[in-house]
Amino acid sequence: MSDPNEARTASAQHLPGEAGVWMFIVGDLVIFTLLFAVFLYYRADNVPLFTESQRTLNQTYGAVNTLLLLSSSWFVALAVQGARIGERLNALRLIALAFGCGVGFIGIKYFEYSEKFRAGYNIVTNDFFMYYFLTTGIHLVHVVIGMAVLAFLWHTTRGGEIDAGELSTLESGASFWHLVDILWIALFALLYMLR
Amino acid sequence: MMILIRQPITIVWFILIFATGLSWQFGHGFGFGENYHFASVAILIVTFIKIRFVFLDFMELRAAPKGLRWLFEVWAVLACAILIGFYWSGV
Repeated sequence: MSDPNEARTASAQHLPGEAGVWMFIVGDLVIFTLLFAVFLYYRADNVPLFTESQRTLNQTYGAVNTLLLLSSSWFVALAVQGARIGERLNALRLIALAFGCGVGFIGIKYFEYSEKFRAGYNIVTNDFFMYYFLTTGIHLVHVVIGMAVLAFLWHTTRGGEIDAGELSTLESGASFWHLVDILWIALFALLYMLR
Repeated sequence: MMILIRQPITIVWFILIFATGLSWQFGHGFGFGENYHFASVAILIVTFIKIRFVFLDFMELRAAPKGLRWLFEVWAVLACAILIGFYWSGV
């Protein structure tokens, strides 16, 4: 059985996936960076309001969701390496595990949002909750799209031997899923952890 | 499956989980005590170190064309510095 890293070093300076996906990733990162900066800008204007509002968040939900997305990213990265060396069945299992992590993330988000709505917090409560619901909501849309991408990748990988085109599709989808992970890593720190 | 799990990215996953635990501890008094402003800056730095690991090892930018890799490296440093700056303006 060949080592996936040998396959990687065989093609120096390899662009994983399609160039268009990377343009989308760069654009998305720029937009979210602006959102993060605007959040901290307004936070600096009214720190007591933001810290009081933040105390109502359940940090454990945020932390568990971080662990879920980090693990799902790991599974997807392993799936790509598996596909490169013909470990198709294992790649399928790993994509399914990543999808399961996505389901867990959405489940926790459902409980979290439900608790907030029951307690009377919503997007118009104050500036903190506007940014909280806006940024986590846009991120949740990314998670749902990412899970649809994972389902598509699972279907593609299931179809038999993986050719170069399908591998590129797998790499593109994986890169998008890693973006979803990265955005949450930043959101967890900004919304849940900063004091 | 074992040949896949034994890949270096598994070590990266362990580092990311450890870093998440470290951030959690910083946010709950570890290392900085009641000086939560410095703890928050440490959390932001750890956050962008985690993001850099995802860029380089999960997204495979370590082996990508140099221009793309450096674009993301520069973004990580700039975004981290800008966010720390905005955070600190409220201290």
